[in-house]
Amino acid sequence: MSAHPTLALAGVSKSFGAVRALRDVSIELHAGEAHALAGENGAGKSTLVKTLAGVHRPDQGRILLDGEPVVFTGPADAQQAGVAVIYQEPTLFPDLSVAENIVMGRQPRRSLGRIDRAAMRAAARELFGRLGVDLDPGRPTRGLSIADQQLVEIAKALSRDARVLVMDEPTAALSGAEAARLFSVVEALREHGCAVLFISHRLDEIFALCQRVTTLRDGQWIASELVAGLTHDDLVRRMVGRDLGALYPKQDAAVGDVALKVERLTREGVFTDVSFEVRRGEIVALAGLVGAGRSEVARAIFGIDRWDAGTVTVDGRELPPGSPTAAMGAGLALVPEDRRQQGLVMEMSIERNIGLTGLRSLRRGATISRRAERDRAADWAARLRLKFARLGDGVGVLSGGNQQKVVLAKWLATEPSVLIVDEPTRGIDVGTKAEVHRLLSELAGQGIAVLMISSDLPEVLGMADRVLVMREGRLSAEIPRAEATEESVMNAATRRAA
Amino acid sequence: MTRVLRWDVLVGALLVAVFAAGSLGVPGFATTGNLSFALGDLGEIALIALAMTLLVVAAEVDLSVASVLGLSSALVGALWDGGMAIETIIPLVVLVGAVCGLVNGLLVTRLGLPSLAVTIGTLALYRGLAYVVLGDKAVAQFPPAYTALAVDDVPGTPVPYPVALFVLLAVVTGVVLHATGFGRALYAIGAQEQAAFFAGIRVKRIKLLLFTLSGTVAAFAGVVFTLRYGSARADNGLGVELAVIAAVLLGGVDFDGGKGTLGGVIAGVLLIGLLRNLLMLGDVSTEIQSIVTGLLLIVSVLTPRLVSVVRPALKGTP
Repeated sequence: MSAHPTLALAGVSKSFGAVRALRDVSIELHAGEAHALAGENGAGKSTLVKTLAGVHRPDQGRILLDGEPVVFTGPADAQQAGVAVIYQEPTLFPDLSVAENIVMGRQPRRSLGRIDRAAMRAAARELFGRLGVDLDPGRPTRGLSIADQQLVEIAKALSRDARVLVMDEPTAALSGAEAARLFSVVEALREHGCAVLFISHRLDEIFALCQRVTTLRDGQWIASELVAGLTHDDLVRRMVGRDLGALYPKQDAAVGDVALKVERLTREGVFTDVSFEVRRGEIVALAGLVGAGRSEVARAIFGIDRWDAGTVTVDGRELPPGSPTAAMGAGLALVPEDRRQQGLVMEMSIERNIGLTGLRSLRRGATISRRAERDRAADWAARLRLKFARLGDGVGVLSGGNQQKVVLAKWLATEPSVLIVDEPTRGIDVGTKAEVHRLLSELAGQGIAVLMISSDLPEVLGMADRVLVMREGRLSAEIPRAEATEESVMNAATRRAA
Repeated sequence: MTRVLRWDVLVGALLVAVFAAGSLGVPGFATTGNLSFALGDLGEIALIALAMTLLVVAAEVDLSVASVLGLSSALVGALWDGGMAIETIIPLVVLVGAVCGLVNGLLVTRLGLPSLAVTIGTLALYRGLAYVVLGDKAVAQFPPAYTALAVDDVPGTPVPYPVALFVLLAVVTGVVLHATGFGRALYAIGAQEQAAFFAGIRVKRIKLLLFTLSGTVAAFAGVVFTLRYGSARADNGLGVELAVIAAVLLGGVDFDGGKGTLGGVIAGVLLIGLLRNLLMLGDVSTEIQSIVTGLLLIVSVLTPRLVSVVRPALKGTP
C-alpha cells in the first residue's frame, strides 16, 4: 500500500438548504483495496459519492488525490483524475455496439478521420480479457442484461485508466450468479491496483468483498475499520445506532375468514391457473424467481391488467376484471413494485400523495377539505414514523425508505382488508426494513390479510405464515411456515417441470 | 418553497405592464368601448381555453377545437338556411360538438393513440366536414334577439354577455381544477399517469370526459362566434386553436402536464387579447398578428426551460 491514499475526503461537509447531508466526513480509498460504504438510506452515501464524482462541491473540507488537495469543478474533472462511478442503472447508448460504447468520445481513428472499427473491437476484447468476462464487443448494447451493461461500464472506466472505481449499489438488480461474476471482476481490478468504493444494502456482500468499511449515520462519520474483525451485528449497530432485535418479527395472529380468494386465474402467456386464498391475520408470501409471474398475478388481482379466465373474490364479493377502482372499493390495496412510477406522483407533495387514494372520503361538500387531507397525512406520517420536514414538501426529497412509507400510508389510509405488497423492502435501509416488517406483522395482527411478493428469501422465511412459490407462470408449491427453508423454496422455484 | 417569481404571477405582471403601456402610448385603447370590444372579441378563445386547460394539465391536448368551432358554425348556417328554429339548432349543434370531442377521446383512450396526432387528424377532418355542410357560402340574417345576446353588454356594465358567461364558467373551472378531487386527479394523471391509475383513478374515463367537454365547449363557442359576426361560414375560427394553446401555455400550464393554474391561463388569455387589440388599433396586418401569436407560443414554452437552465447556473458559480 502506498503512503498516500489514491483518493481521500478530509473533513468534508455539505449542506442542501437546511439539510446537512454530510458533516465532517473523512474517508481514504487506497490502491488495491475494496472499501465499503455502509449506512441507512439518507445517511449521506449518495452525497459522498457525488462529491467524489465531482457533481457536488464540498462546503468545507478537502478532496485529496495522492495526498495533494484537488478541486473538482465538475464530473469531467473527476473523470480526468481517474475517478469512475458505476451507477445502479447504467447509462449506455442502446443502439451502439458494446465496443462503441466503451470508446465513446475517444474512438481510434484511421486516415481521413474514419473510425477504426477493428482497433475498437480489439481494444474492447482486450479489456474484457483483463476483466475475465466473455462479451461480444460487436453486439448492440440494447438487450444486454443490467449485469452485462455494468460490465461494459466498468470496461469503459478501465479504458480511461480509472484508478478509483465507485460502485453505487451495483448488485441491487442482479441475480446471485451475476453478482458473483461482478465480484470476481472487482477482485481482478483490485489486484491490478485499483481503489474500489463499494456501496450495498446487502451486508453479506460487504463481508464477502471488502477489506475496509466506513459507516455513515445521519450524515456523520461513525467509523472506518477493517472488515475482518467485525460481525454482522456490529455493522448493523453502527448503521442504526441501536440493536435491532429480531429482524423479522412476524407475530402469530388469530387467523380469521378468507379475505382474498383467487380461483384458476389465467392471463394468456403470462400466468396460468393460479388458485390460492389468504385469510385475515395471515401473511402469505409469493416467492419465485424474477419473471415467474408473481408481480403479474398481483397486478391482475388489483385490476391493473385484465385476466382471461378465473375469478378473484374479496370478502365474498367477486371483482370485475381490469378495474383498480373496483378493487379498491372492495377493500384491496396494492403497494407496487415500482415506487417512482407506480407508487407515487413524484412531483406532488407528501400530503397530496397520501390523499390521492382518498379523493372521495376527503370531500366536504363538492370540494376537497385541505384540513382533512393534512390530518390524514399527519396521522399516518406519525403512525409510520415518517421522517420529513413539511407535509407540503415534494415526495421526491425523501429517502427511498421514507418514500415507501408514504406509499404504505396512502394505502393503509384506505383501511383495506387485503394488502398486497410487491417487494416492500427493496432498496430500503436496514432500519426502515425492520420497521416495515414490524408494521406488516401488526397489520396482520389487526386482521388484515397480507399477500407479500418478495425476492428476499430471509424476508420470506421470517415473515410468511405460508409460502406460495411460482415457477414459469404457475403455482409450483405451497409450503407451510414450519417446512419453509431456503432449500425447499428455491427447489420449488427452480425445479424443472417433470 | 416560496418562489416569488412564479410564472403565473409573472404573466399577471406583464399583463398590467402591457395595459399601462397601451393606455399611455396608444390613443383610443383605454376607452370603455374599446376594452369592451376587446373582451368580446376574446370570448371564444377564452371559453375554449378553459376546457383546454383541463386537458393540458392532464397531459393531453385538443388541436381540433377551431375546426369543431367551424363545423358548428357551418351547421348553424345550413340548418337555419333549411328553416329550422334557432332554439332547436343551438342544442343540436352543441351535441354534435360533444360527439366530435367524444370521437377524439375514444381514439385516444381506446386505441391508445397520442392526442397530438389524433386531433391534428380531426382538425383536418372536422374542417372538411364543415365545408361539406356549407360549402363556400355564408349564411346571415339570424334573429336579432340572438345576435344581440352575442354582442350586447349585460345591462349596466361594459361586459358583453359571452364574457359574463366566461367569468361564470371560469369560476366553476377554477374550483373544479383547484379544489375538487377531480382536479387533483387531473394533476396526478398529468404528472404520473401510471401512479394515478394505480391509485384507483379512472384515467381513461376522465380523459374521455375532458375531450367530450372540449368538443362541447368548442361547438358552443362556434354558436357564439356565428351570432357575434352574424355570419355562418365553414372557415370561421381558422387558426383559433393556436391562440388558445398559446394562451394556455403562456399562462404557465406545462405542455407535459401536471403543472399550472387557471389564474395563470386567464392572465394568458387576457394578455393575448390585449396584444391582438393593440396590434389591431395600430393597423398591423393579420399576418403580423399571426406572427406575434406564434412567437408568444414559442416564448412561453421556451422561457421556463431557459429559466430552469439559467437559474442553477447562476447559483452554481461562486
